[in-house]
Amino acid sequence: MMAARGVTKRIRAIRFALLSPDEIRRMSATKIITADTYDDDGFPIDMGLMDSHLGVIEPGLRCKTCGGKVDDCPGHFGHIDLAMPVIHVGYVKELKKLLQATCRRCGRLLLTKQQAEEFRDEMEQMEELGGEQDIQFVTKETAREATKRQRCPHCGEEQQKVTLDKPTTFRESGHKLTPKEVRERLERIPNEDLRVLGINPDVARPEWMILTALLVPPVTVRPSITLESGDRSEDDLTHKLVDVLRINQRLRENRDAGAPQLIVEDLWELLQYHVTTYFDNQTSGIPPARHRSGRPLKTLVQRLKGKEGRFRSNLSGKRVNFSARTVISPDPVLSINEVGVPVEAARELTVPIHVQSYNLDIVKEWVKRGTIPAAPVGEFYIPGVNYVIRSDGRRIRVTDKNAEAVAETVEIGYIVERQLVDGDIVLFNRQPSLHRMSMMAHEVRVMPHKTFRFNLAVCPPYNADFDGDEMNLHVLQSEEARAEARVLMRVQEHILSPRFGGPVIGGIHDHITGAFLLTYKDAKFTKEETAFILSKIGVRDLPGPAVKKGGQEYWTGKQLFSMILPKDLSLTFKSSIAPKGLTSLRELKDEDALVVIKNGDVSSGTIDENAVGAFKGKILDKIARDYGPDAAREFIDKATKLAIGAIMVRGFTTGIDDEDIPEEAKKQIAEVLRKAVADVEALVERYKRGELEQMPGRSLEETLEVEAMKTLGRARDQAGQIASKHLGMENSAVIMARSGARGSMLNLSQMAGSIGQQAVRGERLSRGYWNRTLPHFRKGDLGAEAKGFVRSSYKSGLYPTEYFFHAMGGREGLVDTAVRTSRSGYMQRRLINALEDLKVKEDGTVRNTGDTIIQFRFGEDGVDPSRSIQGKPVDVDDILQEVLGEEPSWQERLREQEMASYGLTEKDMNPEVSDEEVEVEEEEPGTEE
Amino acid sequence: MKFNVLQHRLVPEHRLLADDEAERVLKALRITKDQLPKIKKADPVIQVLERVHGPIAEGRIIKVTRISETAGISEAYRLVIGR
Ligand SMILES: [Mg+2]
Ligand SMILES: [Zn+2]
Ligand SMILES: [Zn+2]
Repeated sequence: MMAARGVTKRIRAIRFALLSPDEIRRMSATKIITADTYDDDGFPIDMGLMDSHLGVIEPGLRCKTCGGKVDDCPGHFGHIDLAMPVIHVGYVKELKKLLQATCRRCGRLLLTKQQAEEFRDEMEQMEELGGEQDIQFVTKETAREATKRQRCPHCGEEQQKVTLDKPTTFRESGHKLTPKEVRERLERIPNEDLRVLGINPDVARPEWMILTALLVPPVTVRPSITLESGDRSEDDLTHKLVDVLRINQRLRENRDAGAPQLIVEDLWELLQYHVTTYFDNQTSGIPPARHRSGRPLKTLVQRLKGKEGRFRSNLSGKRVNFSARTVISPDPVLSINEVGVPVEAARELTVPIHVQSYNLDIVKEWVKRGTIPAAPVGEFYIPGVNYVIRSDGRRIRVTDKNAEAVAETVEIGYIVERQLVDGDIVLFNRQPSLHRMSMMAHEVRVMPHKTFRFNLAVCPPYNADFDGDEMNLHVLQSEEARAEARVLMRVQEHILSPRFGGPVIGGIHDHITGAFLLTYKDAKFTKEETAFILSKIGVRDLPGPAVKKGGQEYWTGKQLFSMILPKDLSLTFKSSIAPKGLTSLRELKDEDALVVIKNGDVSSGTIDENAVGAFKGKILDKIARDYGPDAAREFIDKATKLAIGAIMVRGFTTGIDDEDIPEEAKKQIAEVLRKAVADVEALVERYKRGELEQMPGRSLEETLEVEAMKTLGRARDQAGQIASKHLGMENSAVIMARSGARGSMLNLSQMAGSIGQQAVRGERLSRGYWNRTLPHFRKGDLGAEAKGFVRSSYKSGLYPTEYFFHAMGGREGLVDTAVRTSRSGYMQRRLINALEDLKVKEDGTVRNTGDTIIQFRFGEDGVDPSRSIQGKPVDVDDILQEVLGEEPSWQERLREQEMASYGLTEKDMNPEVSDEEVEVEEEEPGTEE
Repeated sequence: MKFNVLQHRLVPEHRLLADDEAERVLKALRITKDQLPKIKKADPVIQVLERVHGPIAEGRIIKVTRISETAGISEAYRLVIGR
């Protein structure tokens, strides 16, 4: 096999082993005997924890072991000879297994020769077929089998029950085993028996799990810090080692002086405690060792474990250079591919430019400018150079003073770190990075002011808004990376999501409202308005007017929108404003809700969320798929600009008076609600008299609840319907709700009509006081008002009890959003850890890094969902239509779309809102940021 | 009468490959046995197959034919391992 470039050695396997006491002493640079660290002059004491044989941390001093200075000496281990053996907490599980699986007298594995032979064979077979995991299965099984046997098959000794008293005490039938006794037993286990248990005795004898010598890490691992006051502050590990040394000393003295058994045992246990907490200060069952201030010490395990541990914070994730972070804000003028970078950031972030003959002159010019070059008239920024890297690798900081001089020295082979300029490619990211669209490549636009800016159409994939969100930016440092980013990561390459094959980038909010205002029914614009709108997309030649009326020339919105469509685009679909369930052609036409595009001309229909919206935009989808990412990017840029032009011309605002309804309607709603409440009262009455007819599979109480919920739910819907009769298409709030820009009709009916039943866990409210929700009601009251029905509307305002119920319902939403996000975050982490090394190979199989097959064909069909048509590799109907030129009937076309539509909304994108919640209260505003 | 898992509608078709067939599969995939997904001997499906074929040794290959939502029919292979 060909080794990768620059790789001379490859890790084939990692072997884990134990350090024997001999090995510890052999690798030790010095034995540590005293707990003192420094003498009065501040020099390390010999054979103390800071002994200069263990390495140097102070500049100027030399290591006594290797003679190196601070940066040369890697540090050396020392050791402490323990007066009495102690158990290593990290191995108690293994120790327990070994004690239980071997004979208490002869140390042999508690299996007959034949059994042992069988297990050994099985293991060998496993090894041949590959699979470290499976070998562990066998050894586990071996140990379990051996533990079962009561009498030793070799010497006949009756076995006793060994238990583990967490964290480190072993007992045999209740009687305590000292670490010394445990060690003696382990020493008796023969080598060949260990192999069957999955232990290689050549590198890991079990008695080494009982410590007789403790390795002391080099001082470089636990450097002391000198405070401003001149006092020395020691590392937590040093503190812990001091404790170990002190107790070790006392234990030795007492034992040698022949002190009473009890005292020696106490000290021994104390030593065990200190050694245990030295390894892991969060061992369950013992109190953590604390600093004088009360802060728990950070010992070995704490250094490695968890989010802030060595693995997750220093090895899996590292801090990087050439990155920036700041608040984000919108800029509809930028292309979706761009990102606005503040001048301050652009001057810090640099791109390495290799000096070659073709660019030598210009690079010299750059360097000459220094770090903050003055921009020529008409421009506000030109890039400078921060560093020049010579051919020998030396870095020279460019300053205003030395710029001229350094520029003269620049020659071929140098690398010059040039500040960002427009068009540089960078990675842009918003946490949490849940999918690949959370990190996309953008082209830089250096701009004044201090925020990162981007097109609003790119908010959905990042899940970003501008209420204080911050984002990160990374400047790529190699030509390969830049090329890859441009080809694979640019925003325009991610318009179609690999998750559901539809667009994730597209119009939101104002874009949709604007598109609606532009195209709804026969919207038309005067010459001035038209010129203003078209100037946004850079059109210079006005097309001919579509309508002439009363001597005035008008351009229709549909005509303007058609200008940005490909000339051969044909499409038929339902607008978002189409009322649900409505299928007759006439009604659709009346509402202008059937979009018909023929050869790039919108002949009817309103352009709204279903046309250009993120997640749902049909035109967007079609263009991205059939005309490619360049065309799609251009379309999104232009469509959003057109929409914004239209909304600027027409003007748009919403306020609470949008929910004004006539007095007559209010009376009707009040009547509907009053009747519903009375109906529930009647239900309760019938329930109490036992006349309620039980529903199949439900108790009487449940029947009542279901009926009441149904009645009240219907009432709210009716109230909403009455209200919406008076809220027509000229109403801004309705425009937003129907076109899919923001809000829903339910939101509106809750503002104008009635808020409706509040629920916790899908049931009417019932908890609080004894047999009632609030003291305002009678005990046992089952009526509508007493159990959380809110008759008022948001506009009219809530009564105190209603307000409280509303808060109860709202609280549930908040609580389980919090619970769900943390839980789904953890699940996501686990899933990613499990899948991160999988990739699709050239032969279409999915394999892991071990090159074993996970899936014989990606997704079983080998189709990339983001390049599929509703999951299928080709859309046969579409191709037939294109080839034969046959036009399917509009009904046929719609039916297909209905069946195949992704039916996805922003809610599906945001895993925080579940379906049940949507039932109860659609789109609670939620807490922002 | 023992319950036959293979007759359950959620259990896909499993077929024991003859040695020469197995050889061909490995060759077509250009892999060695250890790169295949595994199936344990103790798996209920293997036990049913053993009632038909007699004992199935470790190292044999099972072909699994699934009805797939995406692909219609999809084929996979599994290596029989111990336990
Ligand atoms: Mg936010
Ligand atoms: Zn040294
Ligand atoms: Zn024995």
